[in-house]
Amino acid sequence: MSIATASQEALAYKIQGEPNINDMVITVATANGSGSQTSNNVLMRSIFRMGVPCNGKNMFPSNIQGLPTWFTIRVSKDGWIGRRRDADILVCMNPDSVVNDIARVRKGAVVIHEESLKIDPTRDDLICYSVPFKKMVAEVCPNAKLRKLVVNMIYVGVCCELFGIDLEIAKDALSKELKGKAKAIELNKPALEAGAVWARENLTKSDNLRVEAMPGHTDGKIIINGNEASALGALYGGCTVLTWYPITPSSSLCEALIDFMEEFRVEGDGKKTFTHIQGEDEIASVGIAIGAAWAGARAMTATSGPGISLMAEFIGLAYFAEIPVVIGDVARGAPSTGMPTRTMQSDLISCYFNSHGDTKHPVIIPGSVKECFELYCESFNIAEQLQCPVFVLTDLDLGMNNWPSDPFDMPTAPINRGKVLDEEAFKKIEKWGRYKDVDGDAIGYRTLPGSFQGGAYFTRGTSHDEYSNYSEDDRVWVANLDRLARKLETARAMMPKAIVDGAGAKKGVIAFGTSDFSIKEVLKRLRAEGKEVDYLRMRALPVGKDVLDFIRAHDEVMIVEQNHDAQMRMILRDELPEFAAKMQSLRQYDGLPLAVETVYEGLVDWL
Amino acid sequence: MVESNVPPSSPAPKKEPKTNRLGFERKVYEGSKSTLCIGCGHDLITRFLIDSLWENGVPPHTVAKMSGIGCSSKTPAYFLSESWGFNSVHGRMPAIATGANAANKYLHNVGISGDGDTGSIGMGQFVHMVRRNPQCVYVVENNGVYGLTKGQFSATAEKGAKLKTGAVNDFHSIDLCAMALVLGCGFVARAFSGNMKQMKQVMRAAAAYPGMALVDVISPCVTFNNFDHSKHGFAYMKDHEEVVNQFGFVQNMENIETEMEPGEAKDVQFPDGSMIRFNALRDDHDPTDKQSALDLLLKHYEAGEILTGLVYVNPQTPSFAEVNNTVDTPLATLPAEKTRPNAQVLQTIMNRYE
Repeated sequence: MSIATASQEALAYKIQGEPNINDMVITVATANGSGSQTSNNVLMRSIFRMGVPCNGKNMFPSNIQGLPTWFTIRVSKDGWIGRRRDADILVCMNPDSVVNDIARVRKGAVVIHEESLKIDPTRDDLICYSVPFKKMVAEVCPNAKLRKLVVNMIYVGVCCELFGIDLEIAKDALSKELKGKAKAIELNKPALEAGAVWARENLTKSDNLRVEAMPGHTDGKIIINGNEASALGALYGGCTVLTWYPITPSSSLCEALIDFMEEFRVEGDGKKTFTHIQGEDEIASVGIAIGAAWAGARAMTATSGPGISLMAEFIGLAYFAEIPVVIGDVARGAPSTGMPTRTMQSDLISCYFNSHGDTKHPVIIPGSVKECFELYCESFNIAEQLQCPVFVLTDLDLGMNNWPSDPFDMPTAPINRGKVLDEEAFKKIEKWGRYKDVDGDAIGYRTLPGSFQGGAYFTRGTSHDEYSNYSEDDRVWVANLDRLARKLETARAMMPKAIVDGAGAKKGVIAFGTSDFSIKEVLKRLRAEGKEVDYLRMRALPVGKDVLDFIRAHDEVMIVEQNHDAQMRMILRDELPEFAAKMQSLRQYDGLPLAVETVYEGLVDWL
Repeated sequence: MVESNVPPSSPAPKKEPKTNRLGFERKVYEGSKSTLCIGCGHDLITRFLIDSLWENGVPPHTVAKMSGIGCSSKTPAYFLSESWGFNSVHGRMPAIATGANAANKYLHNVGISGDGDTGSIGMGQFVHMVRRNPQCVYVVENNGVYGLTKGQFSATAEKGAKLKTGAVNDFHSIDLCAMALVLGCGFVARAFSGNMKQMKQVMRAAAAYPGMALVDVISPCVTFNNFDHSKHGFAYMKDHEEVVNQFGFVQNMENIETEMEPGEAKDVQFPDGSMIRFNALRDDHDPTDKQSALDLLLKHYEAGEILTGLVYVNPQTPSFAEVNNTVDTPLATLPAEKTRPNAQVLQTIMNRYE
């Protein structure tokens, strides 16, 4: 038996036999731009409101309208939200992708399809429900032009009936999704009801998949995507200047922040406590953020891989002139233009070592929507205390998909502007120099342009001494480079600590970011099978002492990441070259979120 | 001058140093010694920048002086040592200036650039800075050549221009003033470092302008591009400069003591109360008429003449600060209460995601 099938078996996702309650994956294949997002969200939220943990992932093409797109809902009574490789239920609404969809669907899957679509007869293992969507939508939607937008709601009704999803809850969810707009609800509700009625009258259930209410289980939880959570974090981090250039998948982070700012940061007289600037490109965007930060604003920009490459020169300037700036990177399929609508952990090296010369920057790596909020918020404090660029690195999976979470809490750490001198403090200093290491942490004191007479200094990307005077003296140059390297050591202790699960096993897993969801699930299963393994999730670079200690304490570590070249392993091997041989690598780099099966297959024989 | 070997019978009366309205002597506005080549046009520009900011009575600590990379971009070190300076990266001073203006709209920005810094690598950022119109005296120290990297052509070099090496420029030159006009710039001026009286008036007016004031200064490079045939050289400029208008700049709070006669004058008022009085207007050009400004620039370009003066001014163009409509306190110094929303707001937002 192939390892792929073996893992499916081992992970026990069964479609026939004993009832499988609240443990399934539904994939809906539609065309993008066809209103499918509304239907998909209604289905997912209905399940969620029954108290059943679930989440949804979008697999969308790099296109505006008309190409195949897939929405996958994972329903998991145990609350697992990592991606499963295979769908148990496939809803085929798109004739353009049906052949491929059927070819790839797992053995024995449930297929709900438009009656007129022919299903490959060699797939006699499938449980097919043939539904006359086209005929039904003509009946419930007299206006032919709108049928395309309404037809997807019929599948929601069918699923409600087939799998036991509460139709009244679905109607509520529809109302909420359409923001109470009467006309839109009037258009969609009949389709939802028609689907359920038709299924009840015409279909005989022959699969074992059911959704049953778990009252109270999802009470108080929110569903939010990582970009919205990040934007909220920046809002609560006191960001005053946002710059950006549109790029998938970071645009929605900036747009969300703009919306929050326009709603919550405008005074009574209409004046604003922020400025947002859409730059003409990423170079201008990061440059404007740096100019603003130099003048004292809390500035950030957000982009994806290609933007990070463009920004490199300015980032080197901010590094060398020691200007705080937060740079968000929502990573996608790379290299080059790559796959703009797919996920990868592709930018670790390009963020950490960004720019020419010996540069290394703090990189913060959230692993959940809650951490997007908390860590974006904290990133401004870190950047201003360290006086350097700070990257916050997420990915498309986290940024653009909706995740369940506990609600976010008010940040406890106050806003910390770092070492900024006002006139009073300045006058107490005998001979101030912008880059003097007076405290031993390699961080100098800065003054803000325009603040008071006598406080001026000259900022430059060229070699400078402690007073920021131009200097080509070799000793001055060396001292400055050494101090900047020491600053990274100060940073090491300030970064978010790793999260460690377990101790004392001979082997350990190391991962970061969105890999967490699938790893947690697989480790639970493996431990239940008697395997011993510890797990550490990194949340930042430079590598913390806790990570180095973890590696030292284990015979072997498996570093799991979603890129081709094992970038985190490269960084870790560089930190601990004497332990390079014990660092194994497990990678998935197909542009899809890390699958539980990948983790299981990668760990089961190793452990 | 005849030297006298007769000692003076009494010491000359001690001259009171001149001070501006802030009580500062001119030397407060000076910077370090220039390291540019002797005779460099840029040093004259520096001199007039110092003069104009001193005479306008701008507090030095409120000036932000920014530049890109190049010989011109070195000059911020040579004026206003009491001002914060930022020598950034090649072609990207506009981003820094825009950001500084966003963070603190009270800074008086002076951006120094060159024809390579603006006309080549910086062309994109220049365009968008004009569009956004943040306050800034934007000086292009234009010599038709890349001085700091030792003599390559810049994009403002005229077609047919020849270098020391014999290389010839085959391409059309960029007219930054015409470009800025088309892009909506509200203050377009060209000067020549050899026409000092005009340069000072231009600089003073530029420093009072509420948005981006482009001052394209033909500033000969004595080392790489001062041949008799170079359009950016002293000799050519002396023979082919065409002054578009005479004008005087009147600072608000100053008495109107210009030499200009009100007769043929046209006054343009700035929001801060200062004023430009145009005199000896030509028949073919009203400096508030964009179309005629453009026509004139193009006509003179074709004829191989360099039009100088305040070619176009419109004080009504909304500045970046006006558009951004921020609170009176600079964003840079807002307290946490103004930037971090409270717990109620967070709860309201959380409720939306349930």
